[in-house]
Amino acid sequence: MSWILLIAVVAAVVWGISAYNGLIQLKGDTLNAWKQIDVQLKRRHDLIPNLVNAVKGAMDFERDTLEAVIQARNQAVKIQAETLPTGGVKKLAAAEATLGAALSRLNVVVERYPQLKATANIGQLQEELTSTENRVAFARQLYNDTATSYNVRQQQFPWTLIAGMAKAEIVELWEITDEQERAVPKVDLSSKPKA
Amino acid sequence: MSGANLFEQQRTNRRRSAVLVAIFLLFFAWIGFGGDYILYLSTMPAAAPAARGGSRTPYHHTFPWFGLGTTLLGIGMAWYGWRNGAKQVLWASGAWELVQASKPDEQQLVNVVEEMAIASGIPKPKVWIVPDKDPNAFATGTDERHAHIAVTEGLLTTLNRDELQAVIGHELAHIKNYDVKLMTLLAALVGVLALISEGTWRFLGRGGGRVAGRSSGGGRKGGGGLVVVLLVLWLISVLLAPIVSRLLALAVSRKREFLADASSAQFTRNPAALAAALRKIEDAAAPTAAIHRGCAHLCIADPLGRRINARQGFVADVFGTHPPMAVRIARLKAMAYQYEKTGVMPGTA
Repeated sequence: MSWILLIAVVAAVVWGISAYNGLIQLKGDTLNAWKQIDVQLKRRHDLIPNLVNAVKGAMDFERDTLEAVIQARNQAVKIQAETLPTGGVKKLAAAEATLGAALSRLNVVVERYPQLKATANIGQLQEELTSTENRVAFARQLYNDTATSYNVRQQQFPWTLIAGMAKAEIVELWEITDEQERAVPKVDLSSKPKA
Repeated sequence: MSGANLFEQQRTNRRRSAVLVAIFLLFFAWIGFGGDYILYLSTMPAAAPAARGGSRTPYHHTFPWFGLGTTLLGIGMAWYGWRNGAKQVLWASGAWELVQASKPDEQQLVNVVEEMAIASGIPKPKVWIVPDKDPNAFATGTDERHAHIAVTEGLLTTLNRDELQAVIGHELAHIKNYDVKLMTLLAALVGVLALISEGTWRFLGRGGGRVAGRSSGGGRKGGGGLVVVLLVLWLISVLLAPIVSRLLALAVSRKREFLADASSAQFTRNPAALAAALRKIEDAAAPTAAIHRGCAHLCIADPLGRRINARQGFVADVFGTHPPMAVRIARLKAMAYQYEKTGVMPGTA
């Protein structure tokens, strides 16, 4: 009888160790995915002053648009500094959405200035901006996927017993709050390569 | 066909690939150790060894030299292929490494690769450009940290940004699923099997006749029938080895393309872009001259433009390296439709 008890205890301990390690691994993955978002947001924030400087001269009368971008950017930088996966993600997501909206308005304005677009520098900056927007989106996607499996795992039955020991906490997902960002995706029917 | 559920598709594809690799390895072991067993039976000492007389004791094959030999050779070749396969593939296609982008096209390519590396959560692979006007792309390497992506110049000029992104996503999926590793290992094993088969032909031409003659002429009672049956089976499998192993490699490749398409859609959340890219690659019908037959299974579309790859059914499944473009596009369009309707990428919710 005591043998069976012993085996049961050993099995429980072995399972506990692997479950604990599994949770720690997921936690690490989640933090890593968050760091990836952080890096890409910083890249986005660093790129904006360059873009603004490049177009400032040619668009003196579009001050409002430029101001809005700079405002939104500074706001986002401030919020980013104090955000962790366990708190404030919603606020940061909202700030970044505002910045995204301001940027797309700026992009529309830039499209109206063919002579501005013709300078190679702007074309390059626009490519960088597109790339950065994509990076932010993909980093967010990776974070949300990782964070979801982390959240689900630590709430499921046997793992929830270990969760306290592994200091597992529910993390916030980066959800799209802005209706604008949720809106219709753009459809490109032209077969020309985009500049 | 319910090709819409991405994760289910991934699971079945993984399982099928594992089965194929297992068959491959069992076949390999049978050739080595089966040969040993036949030799063991056929050189079994007769009841009265003295009857043979003479100073020369007959050879009795008790230790599985061949099995160990083929296994060691296989491991050695696989290891060699593992270490140098990627370099050889890239060298054979004449690709050059894109270290510092100098043109807008190249900058865009580097950006797109970095974006997809983030989406798939693997380190950024090295980027190579193949000087060829036909649009095509392939991935090679051993693992996530030693991976390479090569695209042709034609791909950069033909596709727009979203389509290029989808193609790069497809290639990164091959890296992430360890397809590139699997294909390199399979290619190495195919090479070893071809070598063994060739060796057996030579052996039959010379010494083989003597062993067979001795076993039948020895006038032994038991086991003779079994030896003959085994020998015939063994010879058939050895002689057909290169063909069979090649078929296995091709079948693995064909299934993996669907998986990579699905993963690309998962990364970009834009299956329609990959469908459009595949359509454009298909329409540029010219074969990709820079890519050789040995690397065909690595490419996103068959570089040789073989007609068999446009067909469905058992024969095409066995002999084709790629699934029919029309089927791939149809599956992607089904995913795009489902994504648009439900707002959820099939399989990711």
